[in-house]
Amino acid sequence: MSAVLRLLSRRLGISLIVLVGVSMLIFGIARVIPGDPARIALGPNATEEQVANLREALHLNDPVVVQYGYFVADLLQGDLGVSLFTNRPVTLDIAQFLPATLELVLFAGVLMVGIGLPLGMWSARYRGRWPDHLIRVVSLLGVSAPSFVWAVILMLLFAFFLPVFPIAGRITDSFEITRVTGFLLVDTLLARNGAAFADVLWHIFLPAFALAVSGIGQAARLTRANMVETYDRPYVEMAQAYGFSARRIAAKYAFKPSLIPSLTIIGLDFAAMLGNAFLVEAVFAWPGLSRYGVAVILRKDLNAIIGTVLIISATFLIVNLIVDLLIAFLNPRIRHSERGAS
Amino acid sequence: MSDVLEVRDLCLRFRGYSGMSEVLHGISLNVRAGERVALVGESGSGKSVTARIVLGLLQELPSARVEGGLFFEGEDLNRLSRRQWQALRGTSISMIFQDPTSSLNPVFTIGTQFAEVLRRRDPKLSREAADERAGTLLQSVSIHDHARVLSAYPFQLSGGMNQRVVIAMALANHPSLLIADEPGTALDVTVQAQTLKLMHELVERSGTAVLFISHNLGVVREFADRVFVIYRGRIVEQGPTRAIFEDPGHAYTRALMAAVPRITGGGLPELNDSESAFLDPMVVHEGGKA
Repeated sequence: MSAVLRLLSRRLGISLIVLVGVSMLIFGIARVIPGDPARIALGPNATEEQVANLREALHLNDPVVVQYGYFVADLLQGDLGVSLFTNRPVTLDIAQFLPATLELVLFAGVLMVGIGLPLGMWSARYRGRWPDHLIRVVSLLGVSAPSFVWAVILMLLFAFFLPVFPIAGRITDSFEITRVTGFLLVDTLLARNGAAFADVLWHIFLPAFALAVSGIGQAARLTRANMVETYDRPYVEMAQAYGFSARRIAAKYAFKPSLIPSLTIIGLDFAAMLGNAFLVEAVFAWPGLSRYGVAVILRKDLNAIIGTVLIISATFLIVNLIVDLLIAFLNPRIRHSERGAS
Repeated sequence: MSDVLEVRDLCLRFRGYSGMSEVLHGISLNVRAGERVALVGESGSGKSVTARIVLGLLQELPSARVEGGLFFEGEDLNRLSRRQWQALRGTSISMIFQDPTSSLNPVFTIGTQFAEVLRRRDPKLSREAADERAGTLLQSVSIHDHARVLSAYPFQLSGGMNQRVVIAMALANHPSLLIADEPGTALDVTVQAQTLKLMHELVERSGTAVLFISHNLGVVREFADRVFVIYRGRIVEQGPTRAIFEDPGHAYTRALMAAVPRITGGGLPELNDSESAFLDPMVVHEGGKA
């Protein structure tokens, strides 16, 4: 167990360093973009004096290093500053918009793992035969187009021509759900409202699936490739020689050793969905972080840009951390190693 | 004495890019109950594929064509369904592979894998009962801290330890035939000798028939009652071990014996890759169980 703890603490340390680096980078880049944030925020009718006052209030006249100092001092108190776009604290904005995005991405992640891994497993078990060929073609198709293309295609097919799914939104407006966590799937369950829960599922499925399609394809292809390699290992031959059933070999004895190398990439794919979610959200009018993010970038709303990017980076790092822990849990060599190897 | 295994005129062909290529050209061999039979030959001679055909594994490859008679305890294996053949594996027929460490699954504990093997005979066996039985079986291969071994992963054990585990697994379900495909070749010589001796004792005690596949004549001489020498998919010589070693009749058998480097020196033996005499007809030594 201590090996896992050591791994965890080391990864946490590295994650913190990465976050500091990201904050510096984005802080610098945001200030290099042309345009005066104070002027954009106040509009063309504001006087020079008003603009100058706002610049002073935002410390924009100080050197960048000093500005970064102010930013870090505020950040340590949990304050990301005020958005010039919404005139509210950035933390409040993010708290409002992030859960919708996270819910979408997490659901897509569940679809990716829940559909991609079994497809890959099935494909490897029947390698060289028709289920394998079929799955390989389908998963290649999935990888071949970016998620916003899938979003448009799926929306046209299953919300427009064949209206089985709603075209936009998270929930039918007639449901009144008290927001506790912001995750509607959780909130509807907390409210013990089965009909609303089903409604939320019905709304989330299509955008989440669109977001997950390329991940599903990638996970299936990766799982298949690693499993086909595992099938050539002596321990699989031994399992066959001892008459273990083909299904049990596929699902357990060939699957688990193959999962470990696949998992890192699947984790990265999962984290990448956070970025892809921006476009899918735009297609499905999903009230998530994307609309906020795009709006604040166009308005050069410095605090909001940095806050959004930092939150997304932190989520990315947390996902990677979870994946690392999962790998350590699955791979006895890491779990039992004295040094807690990478 | 009755045959546990009889292989009659076995042919194996692979479908490749350049048509069919024949790997086994009609080999026949038999293993009687409780007997230890060695199949000896160089790599690529068809030893290992023969073992995999007996288990019914090779037949599942779409590119392989297998013909010829296969009889296990008088039963025609070719007339069994896939499922019936699979039911024999791990119960009545078991197998030991070349490298014990890589033939155990790296991400499951020995205990998990042992339980799976025991459940081939007794599907409802609980994990506790399986661990207890496995413990007893590990005792019989001189592993005394079996609790530690059962909770260990293969990479945490030495090669010799894994070999003992694999031997215990192979004999766990009281098979009537054990196929040993170059067991312990991947281990160092002393460990190989120890584990072979152990295996020898155990199969003798349990009366298990063994088909022993090897290229190591020294080991074969100690271990086997009868020997089949295979060269390029043909049996070139067969007979009781002593008869063959005292009077090797076939050019290839003589070359094989000359190829063993002597510990007393004299340099590496000189050997031609191939000689027309290697393709001479089969030499059969008469005589039953030596």
